[in-house]
Amino acid sequence: MSTASITVSNPSSDRRPLVETLHQWVTTVDHKRLGILYILYALLFLIFGGIEATIMRIQLIRPHNNFVSPEVFNRMFTMHGTTMIFFVAMPLVFGFANYLLPLMIGARDMAFPRLNAFSFWLSAFGGFLLYFSFLGGNGLYGAGNAPDVGWFAYAPLTSQTFSLGHSTDFWVLALLVSGIGSMGTGANIIATVLCMRCPGMTLGKMPLFAWLNITMGGMVLLVISPLTAAQLMLLVDRYLGGHFFDAQAGGSAVLWMHFFWIFGHPEVYVLAIPAFSFVSEIVPVFSRKAIFGYPVMVAATVAIGFISMSVWAHHMFTVGMTAAGNIFFVFSTMAIAVPTGIKIFNWLATMWGGKIQFKTPMLFCTAFLFQFLIAGLTGIMLSAAPFDWQLSGSYFVVAHFHYVIVGGILFSIFGAFYYWFPKMSGRMYNESLGKLHFWLFAIGFHLTFDFMHIPGLLGMPRRIYTYEPGRGWDIYNLIVTIGVAFQAAGTLVFIGNLLWSKWRGRAAGSDPWDAWTLEWSTASPPPSYNFAVVPEVKSRRPLWDLKHPEDPDWHYE
Amino acid sequence: MNAFSMTVSEHQPQWRLPARGPVAMYCLIAAEAGMFTIFVVAYIFYLGKSATGPQPGAVLRAPIFLTICLLSSSLTVHIAVKFLRSGNVRRFAWWWGGTVGLGGIFLAGTAREWRHLIYQEGLTIQTNLFGTTYYSLVGLHAFHVVMGLAALTLVLAFAIRGDIRQEHSERTEVLSMYWHFVDAVWVVVFTVVYIVGR
Repeated sequence: MSTASITVSNPSSDRRPLVETLHQWVTTVDHKRLGILYILYALLFLIFGGIEATIMRIQLIRPHNNFVSPEVFNRMFTMHGTTMIFFVAMPLVFGFANYLLPLMIGARDMAFPRLNAFSFWLSAFGGFLLYFSFLGGNGLYGAGNAPDVGWFAYAPLTSQTFSLGHSTDFWVLALLVSGIGSMGTGANIIATVLCMRCPGMTLGKMPLFAWLNITMGGMVLLVISPLTAAQLMLLVDRYLGGHFFDAQAGGSAVLWMHFFWIFGHPEVYVLAIPAFSFVSEIVPVFSRKAIFGYPVMVAATVAIGFISMSVWAHHMFTVGMTAAGNIFFVFSTMAIAVPTGIKIFNWLATMWGGKIQFKTPMLFCTAFLFQFLIAGLTGIMLSAAPFDWQLSGSYFVVAHFHYVIVGGILFSIFGAFYYWFPKMSGRMYNESLGKLHFWLFAIGFHLTFDFMHIPGLLGMPRRIYTYEPGRGWDIYNLIVTIGVAFQAAGTLVFIGNLLWSKWRGRAAGSDPWDAWTLEWSTASPPPSYNFAVVPEVKSRRPLWDLKHPEDPDWHYE
Repeated sequence: MNAFSMTVSEHQPQWRLPARGPVAMYCLIAAEAGMFTIFVVAYIFYLGKSATGPQPGAVLRAPIFLTICLLSSSLTVHIAVKFLRSGNVRRFAWWWGGTVGLGGIFLAGTAREWRHLIYQEGLTIQTNLFGTTYYSLVGLHAFHVVMGLAALTLVLAFAIRGDIRQEHSERTEVLSMYWHFVDAVWVVVFTVVYIVGR
């Protein structure tokens, strides 16, 4: 199935003028090009979001610092959070899903290629709309600039009274527009996995990647839509004079919190489940073993999808709920640790007894396992309501969720970059630079986010723009900021490695990792039609069957 | 490239997968249901919390006739698709047109109701919490009726031009699924706003 190819006159391979090439990229409906567009777009915004984080950390490096004003600091944390969640993490996981899903299930494209392009351009437009607020946020009255209401934009900060000008509107509209794009992609992923699989690939024989991403697609549909509804209500309040979140007319600011977090918490899992899907593909290949406990992994994933919808109010313990409400959300939050723990043990069991090769992707995935475990443990600490009453809104919480998003999700995304870069570009990355990136980033990550827990425990609130000396926070803030330098250096090495390898790397061949899923059976980079002959599969590891006809997997499954 | 896409070898058992259209429509319906849920929750949460009048009990009258029109349009669209599946394009066009008509009556009735509320009762979206939540929820549904009617009318125009044939029955069925959803949402909105909420 692997060697056949089609000789078609491929118009994109000829040398063409730049305008024409750009035109091809802008009008493309090819899932691979859209996937790469998503990823490049996310990398651009990763730089923006990283610069904003750096500005905040420079401001906090010592007490009474005057690097930026309080107003600018508010804009920085709002833009940093919004950018990293909606315009970095989401496009990254969508990009990989777009690129890899059809290849992994033996299809020639997503189920709806034009919807795919439409979704991407909506998301892209949303991101540029958000950043246009730096220029256009002044509005008629000259008040405001970029959004400064925090990434969860609690009422009544967002009302016309407290948020003059149009900065909040840019925030609302950017998320509304990109949210519609996300829902389109969610539907597309589900339809692709259900309706486009190659012959023989029953649901139980799909790669785990497909299972995890279809779960993510379903969650996107169910959790982005409440956010869209809440944004519409906010627009009604701001433009039509409605009272949804207007406490003076009987409206409730707490209702916004519920509506936001019923989106906000499952969103973490919308990002984490694709991260799990990368780890579930990378760990077996570099352990030279099939994944341990495939059916349990699928069940745990779907369980996480369900449970994550019922934990949102653990963000609101300090707001004041009834005892019954507190107890419910404490236990539902603790319950989600069970399927997540099952997954961690399954990855460990996959590595156990394997011939582990610590190439760069595997390094990132191994670090992911440790860091995600610690992130989960601080999560369980915060899920206990009395503990949360002490630490909610402190730097302990900031450290916790950065451990999840950077230490867990971003590390696995870096792993995915190195693992699939040979497939996407046709070239091998530089292994030494990859390892340098890993160590710089791991050291920087731990300097920053390990030490960030401590000022939180000592009472440092999040979102303050400066602090008094002599509270025991100074040294930790210094260390945290020093860690940022390492992370920035690691990211520069990463981008340099990508660029250098794209043009100078040695040719990768179709299957550099001796892997088992269908994307490695076609050329690198894959031709526009993906597969010359639509493959047929008999097991979860079709390439293993092909390479080992004497002992194929389908004897055992 | 289409010539290469169907190289499934003969000896394999038939490989059947669900059709894309209905799957995507179910996805859209799931997302829309999420949105409506939030608006319904807000409506119920704010029942009786308005600081000033008018209150729902005093001004709302249950639109029974409009509800009958909208719900029966689900039946007519179903019958229309059934006729198209058996190849009877003329009957399809008549029943499809009937669906558009019933939807139009519903929309006109909503417009009349709103006119009454705004000019006679003085209830606008700014008046109080009831006004805000009522116009948002009913308006969101009406917006979906408008979108559905636009799509239905487009198909009707194609049918009148004679461009609709039997092979389009699956696509019209996908569209009819959306219309059924709009009707089902109305059952919820009607129950919440005009029965429970009064």
